[in-house]
Amino acid sequence: MRREVPLAITAIVGFALIIVYFIPHPPFNHSRDFFEDLFFIIAAFAIWLGCLNLLKVNADKVYLKKKGWPFSIVVWFGFFLMVIVGFWEGRGFMNPGTTFYYLYDKLYYPLNATMFSILAFFVASASYRAFRARNKEATILLIAALFVMLGRVPFGYYLSSWLPEGWRLGNITDWIMDFPQTAAQRAIMIGIALGIVSSSLRVLLGLERTFASGE
Amino acid sequence: MNFLEKLLALDRRIIFLFIAIAVALPLFFTVKLHIEVTPVVRNLHNAMEALPPGSKVLVSLDYDPGSMPELQPMAESFFRYCFMRDLKIIIIGLWPNGPIQANSALEVILNEPDIKKKNPKYGIDYVNLGYTAGNEVVIERMGSDIPVTFPKDYSGNKTEDLPLMKGVKNFNNIDFVYNLSAGYPGTVEWVLFGVDPYKIKLGAGNTAVQAPQIYPYLNSGQLVGLLGGMKGGAEFEIATGKPAKAVKFMFSQSVSHALICFFILIGNFAYFATRKKKGA
Amino acid sequence: METIGIWIAALLTLGIFSFLYKDNPFYKFCESLFVGISAGYWFVTTFWQVFMPKLADNLVAGRFYYMIGAIFGVLMLLRLFPKIGWLSRWSLALVVGTTAGLYFTRYLVSNGMVQVQNTIIPLYVKGNLSQTIGNLVIVIGTFSGLIYFFFSKEHKGAFGGLAKLGIWILMLSFGASFGYTVMSRMSLLIGRMDYLLGTWLGLIH
Repeated sequence: MRREVPLAITAIVGFALIIVYFIPHPPFNHSRDFFEDLFFIIAAFAIWLGCLNLLKVNADKVYLKKKGWPFSIVVWFGFFLMVIVGFWEGRGFMNPGTTFYYLYDKLYYPLNATMFSILAFFVASASYRAFRARNKEATILLIAALFVMLGRVPFGYYLSSWLPEGWRLGNITDWIMDFPQTAAQRAIMIGIALGIVSSSLRVLLGLERTFASGE
Repeated sequence: MNFLEKLLALDRRIIFLFIAIAVALPLFFTVKLHIEVTPVVRNLHNAMEALPPGSKVLVSLDYDPGSMPELQPMAESFFRYCFMRDLKIIIIGLWPNGPIQANSALEVILNEPDIKKKNPKYGIDYVNLGYTAGNEVVIERMGSDIPVTFPKDYSGNKTEDLPLMKGVKNFNNIDFVYNLSAGYPGTVEWVLFGVDPYKIKLGAGNTAVQAPQIYPYLNSGQLVGLLGGMKGGAEFEIATGKPAKAVKFMFSQSVSHALICFFILIGNFAYFATRKKKGA
Repeated sequence: METIGIWIAALLTLGIFSFLYKDNPFYKFCESLFVGISAGYWFVTTFWQVFMPKLADNLVAGRFYYMIGAIFGVLMLLRLFPKIGWLSRWSLALVVGTTAGLYFTRYLVSNGMVQVQNTIIPLYVKGNLSQTIGNLVIVIGTFSGLIYFFFSKEHKGAFGGLAKLGIWILMLSFGASFGYTVMSRMSLLIGRMDYLLGTWLGLIH
């Protein structure tokens, strides 16, 4: 029962949604709408599960005095700061001028933005230390990267404006993106699509059961 | 250790310092650079130009503050363009941060003198329907019923009570969809669940990381046009005649790119020169 | 309040940047705060934007079938309790079934059939040399890329030659992707520098 019920649910829901693609008329479209409406609620609970699990993990860290436990208190503080203010503000919590919006603008935004911006430094360091034209393939990669990096900024125009139209860095970059790059991405896309189709079928037919077993 | 070996073993914090200077220093200068509008951006602009005033444009903001420098200027220039052309904006978010990012962009745009003259009204000229959990399933559900998918707007008003949403049942009542995307769910999901099943007209602005993956959709016509990264945003600002943040940052972008190219070339030179010496 | 807020934002920014020198408690504080605030934001947004309009308001309006979604959702939360966590598999099954059912058709059509259809293009366009070359690149590039990913046959002979061409096309694509990635990361840093130098210190306008 522990495994069979989930597999049955998956198969019923999945095949109902495939059937509705081919027969988008009542009553099949009503079943699609029904499952999708349930999906929104469950997805929201899944988000809450993630948040509550985060609190649980950090609470365990504090309770067991694991390494770095004071920072778990900071996690709890940040969480409850946003939650208390957010619930207090009510439905208009996203409006500019609210305390929640202020916290979002002055805490969440700088932390989030800066966390991703430090990647710029690491990409520069990695480019300098690891990007080597060791073989033909790496050389092609390097040349393409150089063309795109210079062609995609105004400097590319100034470096190559003396060349005829169509042969400038910007034009070459456009050509690389429109043709060989598109071809390669398309090949990857088609391969992934076939993989997803086969794995979806495996899941719906119950051949793939990892989600239905274990914790 | 000779000079080349020292060069190869350079402390990465020195590289970090160079990058910081390369990015920060150009911000002090206002340099007018030549920015050519590429065909992918021009196509998006042309598609927008073809929309008559009063057309309904659905804008899906699918990003968080981590992608703000690239996508927020695109959002601001797009909203500016729509208000100037009397296009009606319906805002949604597939990411929880989407609606609040929209409010942040609107806060900037609605205070501009040209837009103030137009005096756009919430509920009539633009609405923000907020966020709903479900990723691509949200797009799928909107295809049959938008008011059921977003029964209330971001501040709790009933969707069906908003004047702009009267008569908007599903994608058939939307003239254009514009998606600003930083990952999943984003442009790919809009193509898969919106364009092919419901035949929507879709334009997109993506972070530069994601943009290369979207080119096959441009080639196949599933996507009308694409703003790729900050450069794409700058091109759109030029195309609409209102250079703003993205254009301003292009000098900094150019210098940092040149520095990265220099690092790559120097690194390779030092590597091969050292190898040759060891080989000899 | 605005000035205090800008200073707090700037100090948090510098806290994250301090990691570039080396890992330190100030960075760890900022990182932990970020994690907590993000989770709190998601929690609140989900409540006001999903639970209230989609669940509470629908139940009040008499649409009681939404209760099924609530029950499945609560089952999902039971994952937090090891002894009864197995019940969450039922909710997971619905999510997996929905996703698998939708992906099966959507990926097959949009990423499979439409892409193949747009690869079947004229190899010769009369009077347009650049389009002819472009079409040839698209067709040969896509085909050789797909050949490379076919690992069930050994890559030798003509098949191996095409696979080799496929790798080169893929490397070209990855190089372009790398260039775009650099552009993206630099843009993010430019945004933060603009905030520190402009909004905080007022040195640039």
